[in-house]
Formats: sequence, C-alpha cells, structure tokens
Amino acid sequence: MTVATDPTPVIRLRGIRNQFGSHVVHDGLDLDVYRGEILGVVGGSGTGKSVLLRSIAGLQRPVAGEIEVLGTDVRAASEAERIALERRWGVMFQDGALFSSLNVRENVEVPMRAVEGLDPALRRAMADLKISMSGLPYLAGDKYPSELSGGMRKRAGLARALALDPEIVFLDEPTAGLDPIGAADFDTLIRQLSDTMGLTVFLVTHDLDTLHAICDRIAVLAEKKVLVTGTMDEMLRVDHPWVHDYFHGPRARAALTAKDAQKGS
Amino acid sequence: MQVLDRLETPVSVTTDQADGAVSLHLAGRFSLGDLTALHGALMQAATAGPFLVDLSGVTRLDTAAAWAIAEADAKATAAGHSMQITGASADSAALIQTVRDALPNPDTPPAKPMTLALWLDGYGRSVMGAVSFLMQLLGFLGLFLSRLARALRHPSEFRLTALVHHCHEVGLKAVPIVALMAFLIGIVLAFQGSTQLKQFGAEVFVVDLIAVSILRELGILLTAIIVAGRTASAFTAAIGSMKMREEIDAMRTLGIDPAAALIVPRVLALLLMLPILGMIANAAGLFGGALMSWVELGISPAMFQSRLIEGTDVSHLMVGMIKAPFFAIIIGVVGCHAGMQVGNNAESLGQKTSAAVVTAIFSVIVIDALFSIFFAQVGI
Ligand SMILES: Nc1ncnc2c1ncn2[C@@H]1O[C@H](COP(=O)(O)OP(=O)(O)O)[C@@H](O)[C@H]1O
Ligand SMILES: [Mg+2]
Repeated sequence: MTVATDPTPVIRLRGIRNQFGSHVVHDGLDLDVYRGEILGVVGGSGTGKSVLLRSIAGLQRPVAGEIEVLGTDVRAASEAERIALERRWGVMFQDGALFSSLNVRENVEVPMRAVEGLDPALRRAMADLKISMSGLPYLAGDKYPSELSGGMRKRAGLARALALDPEIVFLDEPTAGLDPIGAADFDTLIRQLSDTMGLTVFLVTHDLDTLHAICDRIAVLAEKKVLVTGTMDEMLRVDHPWVHDYFHGPRARAALTAKDAQKGS
Repeated sequence: MQVLDRLETPVSVTTDQADGAVSLHLAGRFSLGDLTALHGALMQAATAGPFLVDLSGVTRLDTAAAWAIAEADAKATAAGHSMQITGASADSAALIQTVRDALPNPDTPPAKPMTLALWLDGYGRSVMGAVSFLMQLLGFLGLFLSRLARALRHPSEFRLTALVHHCHEVGLKAVPIVALMAFLIGIVLAFQGSTQLKQFGAEVFVVDLIAVSILRELGILLTAIIVAGRTASAFTAAIGSMKMREEIDAMRTLGIDPAAALIVPRVLALLLMLPILGMIANAAGLFGGALMSWVELGISPAMFQSRLIEGTDVSHLMVGMIKAPFFAIIIGVVGCHAGMQVGNNAESLGQKTSAAVVTAIFSVIVIDALFSIFFAQVGI
C-alpha cells in the first residue's frame, strides 16, 4: 500500500467543535486521513487529542461539525450503519482496556463472536494468530490481563483491535510507558501491520521517535484546531512557536540524530 | 464510491478438475465470516492430493483467508504433496507470508494426570492456606494492639479526627438500620412466642422469652452481623483502593505508619460503637416486643415493664454485651486485613471485599457459638 493513491480521504473531519460546559476543546477543526497512511497526531497535554480520537470513533458526540469515516456520516448514521462501520475500525486504548475477567485469547475473540457462521475452533485459531501477529508469545493467550506487563497488555489490546481485520485503527499513545526497546518494537510492529494489512492508522503520540520512525504524515493540534499537517520534513520548517519548539527541542534533536544514525548504519 | 466498493462482493470458492489437476478459484472480498467455508474447502483439497489455489479473482484477502491458505499448505506438505498459489497480488502474497511467519507453534504443556498424590497435595495446600490465613489474622490483631498501645503512650500522635469520622460512619449511620432490624425481630418473637404460649395459658412468659433471647443473643448477634456486612466491606474497599493506587506505599515512604493511620482508628471506632449499637438494638427489640405483646396478648406496657424488671436478671444483658468487643475486633481486623491483601487490579478488590464480608460474618457466628458453650459450662 502506498500513500495517497486514493484521493478520497477515509476520515474526513470538517468544522468539528467539542466542548465540555464552557470549556471549548476544539473549534472549527478540519482533518483528512488517507487510505493506508500512518497519521501521527501531536499536541500539548490537554489539547484534546484523546477527545478527537473518541469523537471519530463515535465514543463522544461533537457539538458541531461533520465526521465522515469510510464514506459514512458518523453523526447521521443509523444503528445498523454504525455497527457495520464499527466492525471496520479498531480502537486500542491507552492501557489496552482489556476485559479483566477474560484471558487474552477470549479478549481477542470478543469482537469475533459477532461474526455469524464462524466455527469456534477456527475462532480460537484466529485469535491465536492475531495474538502471535501482535508479537506476543503463543502461550500468552491463556494469561489474564493482570498477569501481563504493561507492554504485553498493549500488544494484547492491539490484537483485539485487529481481530476483525479493520481498515482503520485508532491508537492512543501506544508507546507511552514502554521502555525504549519495547517502544521501538511496537513502532516496527505497527508499520509492519500497516504495510501488510493495508491499515490506515490514526496514532496519537508524544513519542518523537515514533513520529520519525513510522509516521507518513503528522498533524499538529494547537489553538483548538489542526494547526498544520505534513511530513516530518515539512514540520521542521514550520515557524509557529509551539511547533518549532516541539520539533526543534533537545529531545527532538536527539530523536533526529538517532534516526540519522540508524540510516547511516 | 467508498460505500459501493464495500457492498459485499459475493465471495466464491469454486473447485474444478481440468486435466487431472485440482484447482480452487477464490474470488471476492474475504472477511472473517467466510472463513468456515473457505477453510473446509481448502482442507478437503489438501488431503486429496496436489492442487492449485488461484487468487486472481480476489479483491481483498484478509488475515483469516491468508491463514486458511497457509494452513492448507502446511497440511498438504505434511501429507506429502504440494500446493501452488497463482494470481496473488503483491499485497496478498505479502499477507500470506506475514501470516506464515506469525503462525503460532503450539507447545502446549502436557496435561498432568490427576493422581492421588496430586489430590492430597491440593488438599494439604488448602489446609495450610487456611492455617496461614489464621496466623495472618492473628498477626494483624497483634499489630493493631501494639499500635494501640503506642497511641496510648503517645496520645499526641493519635488521630482523633479520623476516629470521630469513623465513629460517625460505623456507628451513627448504622443506627436506623440496626434499630429497625431489632424492632422487627422483637415483633416476630412476640408474635411467635404468643401463639405457642397461648396454648398453655402462659402468655405472660412471653416477656421472659423476648427479654432473654434479645438481651442474651439476638440483639448483639444480629447487630454484629449487620455491622459485619456494612463495615467490613467498607473497610476493605477503602483500604483496598488505597492499596491499589499505591497510596499505602506512599504513606510508608513519607514516614506515616499505615497501621496507625488506617487500622487503629477504624478498629477502635468499631470497638466503641458496636456496644452502643447493641444497646440500641436491645432497646428497639424490647420496644417491638412490648408493642406486639400489647396488641396480641393485651399485656400492657406497664405490666411488661414490671415483669421485665422482676423476671429478667441483669446477667442476661451482661452475657450479651460482653461479646460486643470481641465481635468488634474480629470484624475490624478481618475488614482491614482483607483491604491490605488487595493486589493492584480492580478484580482483586471485589474478591477481597466479598471475602471479607463472608469471613467476618462467619467469624462472628463462630465466636457467638464459643461463648454459648462457655456460658453453658460455667452456668451463667
Ligand atoms: N469527559 C470530560 N469532561 C470534561 N472535560 C473533559 C472530558 N474529557 C476531556 N476533557 C477536557 O478536554 C481537554 C482535552 O482532553 P484530552 O483529549 O484528554 O487531552 P490530550 O490531548 O492530553 O489527550 C482537557 O482539558 C480535559 O480536561
Ligand atoms: Mg490523552
């Protein structure tokens, strides 16, 4: 899957306004996400990245604006259309949000249970496959979420999000709280899955290494809207003060050096 | 456009046998719902002999279909013939390869046979678990007593505000439910007693029946059971959620002793409040009994009172009330101990809370039975 072969965006947001009481989080926010790309969404804490993700995934209703996902108007969709749509995307929450009373395999099987005519033995096998594709060992399927480390819970959450081979996955800070090696592995995994399964990835992150390593495009959330979008190279040339500080700060330079070093070797 | 391309292109799997070679033609947009049929067809072909899988009609191959193809290949290879794939797009081929790489290698540990030794082992472990639980409770009681002694020696360190707060929660807020419960029990006793005693013309003894049973046993026992349900669970939930959020560890690092800060005020509040609640229950029970005796048997309140004072020894009240501190300590210790056992997940909080209630009620009843035997032996 190459980027931007498809000119119609899979996610199209226009004039989104989100508000809690008198606290306006988004106002007049526009964003397009194209098929097969990995879009990294960055912004300061509390700028409403999670709220934006929740709005697109239908977990929160914006006060105003248009949300179109895979050609369906999310806000106007009927119950049946919404269910059909929800099967075509997967959401991975920050700490995996696994059901604590089910083991990992059963967690991954949860969305598959809605598929009619799927043999239980095959369902089990598919769940094991998804677990394995998410980089977990085979026997992790029998473990309960409380027995897993943070990184493994995230992988299990990803396996569940991928259970129905979605076209879009939403990831909220997938590498937050992981050690650098675990985070780099997770980045590679997302890139690989995106390439082989043709996934479109909406990725909220603070991790500059992730942005460098896997994102095709970056959207910066500031001043209640998407301030700029573009590739990493374009971001480096933006002269808005926050964006400049974000991509030219000491950590950003470190990430850039690391990337160059990787390329060089 | 987007919607159109999603309108389910019907999936088809057709098998033909041109010039002796079996080939499977896959077409359409595969999704998880098609797996059962596809898997069946592929497996059948894989057992039969060499065959060809033609993917040229496929619009989208999903992981499920890719898995079925990879499985069929593995099976055909195992059976000693070959499978060939034609017409696969670059994406499909890449997906099949990814799935092949990810195929889990089941190395399931062999199930252990259930032998007598294992069975005994399990039993031994649960017995030892129960023993160690009792030892832990005892240790916890010791911890409480030592912290209480320290609080007595250094009264300035004592948390009076916390004690008052817990007295309010444990005592005052439980008054309505305890009083109502005892009142109703008094009514039931009077009613049941009167129907039985009427047969012998011994109606007036209903006063003794009510007084003895409420003062000696029911007043304090039922109060303790209600408090065990209400308060043991509240203690476990409060301490457990602090444990879950590492607040207890934070206290330790800040030089605050969790036992002194959390356990002493709670258990002490119970120790102070349970006798008072028991007295309230006794009064409410007697009141309910007197009311019902008046309605049912025409025993006037004045007569009830004089009969009560003459006929019922104060030792019955003593026998009842002496149990209160024991009940209070066991309820408090069980509730706080369970709270400290909570792990770092929400599930264990729920488990420990309900376990605390069950253990507290059970212990209350066991202690009550021990006291009954004791009093019977010493003849009070
Ligand atoms: N359910 C809610 N009720 C009230 N305010 C909320 C709610 N959810 C989020 N907010 C507010 O919206 C803002 C954006 O939150 P969020 O999207 O979580 O930020 P972040 O970009 O760090 O993910 C914050 O100021 C937060 O206080
Ligand atoms: Mg967030």
